[in-house]
Amino acid sequence: MTDTLTNAPPEPEYPSLAACPACIATPAAVDRARAAAAEKAARIMLSVPDAHCALCIQTVESDLEKMPGVKSARLNLTLRRVSVEAEPGVSAETIARRLEKIGYPAYELDPGQLSMTETDKQGRDLLMRLGVAGFSMMNIMLLSVAVWSGATDATRDLFHMISAMIAVPTVAFSGQPFFRKAWAGVRNGRLDMDFPISLAIVLATGMSLYETFNSGHHAYFDAAVMLTFFLLAGRYLDFRTRAVARSAAQELAALEVPRAIRLTGEAEEQVPVADLRPGELVLVRPGGRIPVDGIVVSGQSELDRSLLTGETLPVFAGPDLVVTAGAVNLTGPLTLRVTAAGKDSSLHRMADLVAVAENARNKYTTLAEKAARMYSPSVHLLSFAAFAVWMWLTGGDVRFALNISAATLIITCPCALGLAVPAVVTAASGRLFRAGLLIKDGSALERLAEVDTVVFDKTGTLTRGTPEPVTLDGLSPEALAIAAALGGASSHPLAQSLAQAARAAGAIPAVLTEVAEVPGYGVQALWQGQRVRLGRAHWVGAEALDVTAAYLGIEGQAPHSVAFADRLRDGAEEAVAAFKAQGKRVILISGDVPGAVGDLAARLGIEDWRAEALPEDKSAAINALQAQGHRVLMVGDGLNDTVALSAAHVSISPASALDAARVASDIVLLGASLAPLPEAQRVSVRAVKRIRENFAISFGYNIIAVPIALVGLASPLIAALAMSVSSITVALNALRLK
Amino acid sequence: MDILAVLIPVSLFLGLAGLVGFWWTLKRGQYDDPEGDSQRILRGDYDDHPKP
Repeated sequence: MTDTLTNAPPEPEYPSLAACPACIATPAAVDRARAAAAEKAARIMLSVPDAHCALCIQTVESDLEKMPGVKSARLNLTLRRVSVEAEPGVSAETIARRLEKIGYPAYELDPGQLSMTETDKQGRDLLMRLGVAGFSMMNIMLLSVAVWSGATDATRDLFHMISAMIAVPTVAFSGQPFFRKAWAGVRNGRLDMDFPISLAIVLATGMSLYETFNSGHHAYFDAAVMLTFFLLAGRYLDFRTRAVARSAAQELAALEVPRAIRLTGEAEEQVPVADLRPGELVLVRPGGRIPVDGIVVSGQSELDRSLLTGETLPVFAGPDLVVTAGAVNLTGPLTLRVTAAGKDSSLHRMADLVAVAENARNKYTTLAEKAARMYSPSVHLLSFAAFAVWMWLTGGDVRFALNISAATLIITCPCALGLAVPAVVTAASGRLFRAGLLIKDGSALERLAEVDTVVFDKTGTLTRGTPEPVTLDGLSPEALAIAAALGGASSHPLAQSLAQAARAAGAIPAVLTEVAEVPGYGVQALWQGQRVRLGRAHWVGAEALDVTAAYLGIEGQAPHSVAFADRLRDGAEEAVAAFKAQGKRVILISGDVPGAVGDLAARLGIEDWRAEALPEDKSAAINALQAQGHRVLMVGDGLNDTVALSAAHVSISPASALDAARVASDIVLLGASLAPLPEAQRVSVRAVKRIRENFAISFGYNIIAVPIALVGLASPLIAALAMSVSSITVALNALRLK
Repeated sequence: MDILAVLIPVSLFLGLAGLVGFWWTLKRGQYDDPEGDSQRILRGDYDDHPKP
């Protein structure tokens, strides 16, 4: 995916105005034209995942249009995207902040990375072919009704002729997607679904043309066009599902527009991470993610490496520490010397491991592929057998035998197959998309249905990665007041969380003087002439606990320690309980310390847990489970989960996960809550059931219709009836999906 | 049966008109945001000044 994304579209070329001699003298005109073009292109795209209703359109659009500098805003509810036309001074960041304030978190999208236009063109192309096939089908059907009701001789021939005039161009235009795919398949030496489809369409049209010119009784123009129409409808549904998934996946990739602050001499400049070279200096501000692998040159801070290793305890960072891309800088600014950037960084090296693991999963054959494998050869065999047998019976009447063989091909043609699976998948993934789940891969739905074991990661998946104090009972009221004041002065997540909890417990922040943050250690101040400190254990002078904790030191008193536990992600309890109620085995595997993992497992009622697991341990555990015949669903978000995510039968990662983890997983959870997961699993089971039902229905039709075709009783009327009835039945059955 | 000479061209013309209409809606991008359009139609604030 990343390959296609990094290719930015070429700059539009402005036609030179110098074609007229006078223009050479007025370069200003050219500049003005360019400026006008650039201004016109100042279209900012933002993703608004929470927009879902009529009111959202109104709120978002009217609020943005009130914003100074914004010319117009339009929310696309299908793609959950707002496109804003603004004057050059307005940045995407300010718009995102404004939207966040009115309750719609928004993320900047790089319009260059979203190759929407190409997808759009493909979709419109398919829709146009579908429309042409649909309108021709109706007209031919009108003419055919006359023939079926008994038109004879010259009238019949005339009607056949008009039908031919409509059908031949239609088939030539609308059938192209099938012909092209079938040809590509033949060249690669395999017969897929498109070959029998193309053969049936071409043979039926050709036979009917021949019959028309020889004033024959039967012409299958209606059947040929109907076949094209129904199959194109299936193709279009399939395309729509994929396009929505692809654009949303691109959106996720574009969310993290990776930029870094490069230090050149005295100046700072924002550059894309891809432009960084080893040896350059990069500044990482507090709260920023480290963009590259490097060595700390100056500055002191703490790093949150939970996405990389799963440990929640921040680590100290000072000069000469080797840091890896993906960690979050917490308290102080850090200057790094780049050792590896972009494709060479540790983030990208993980991709090799993922590729190996994914290899196994790509071998999965979907139900549709299995059906096609059985279907293709048997249809050809049947049709050819019919031809041969009738040649022998009639003593060499090629015309009659070919007629039977074409009728067989048409009747068995996989309208139901081609329509049934896309219709079910579209209905199911639409439902899941509304529930906040994005299916990235077509077969993921089927794989999700087979799951019997669920493996969760801890940090960032079951928990939100934001710690909260376990208890404040150990603190006296005055200590609580100091904690509230000190914590509020720091940007460290533990300090912030402590201050919040203290205020919630009713503490009024104490009056402090000389408040100063010491990056990498904590925050200190003077309180009634005494030094107070909140920070790391050894700096405060306390014994370090084995769980995540902050330490509060007040001069003249013994230091206090406050232990922290990770806050549960919304819906984590419900999701675990629902999976257990469905009879699935739930396992927790984390890279964190045993104390923290055990606590969380007890809180959620998970008996089976493992701590201090390395990335390889996680994937090994999953492989072991799968070797025992279990189908594993892996839910994880960190870099340490990527290998496990791609080793599992099917995998889900939250949208807050690292890019690498999202790429490795099949399904992305767009919302913050885990609650939709068990429901998604149920939907996928039902969807697979519907697909099987549809196969059964179309198989049933064939059992009745094929003998009729083989004995030569299939008139164009019967062919048209069989095709439309079976297609409509499977489409309706697909829509029953609740 | 002379009526056929009129009716067939008429039916073909109507079919073609439908096709051209469909082509026009496709060109205008009316299938780009089906969900949003279904919600927008219920709102009153475009009645006087429809948005492009």
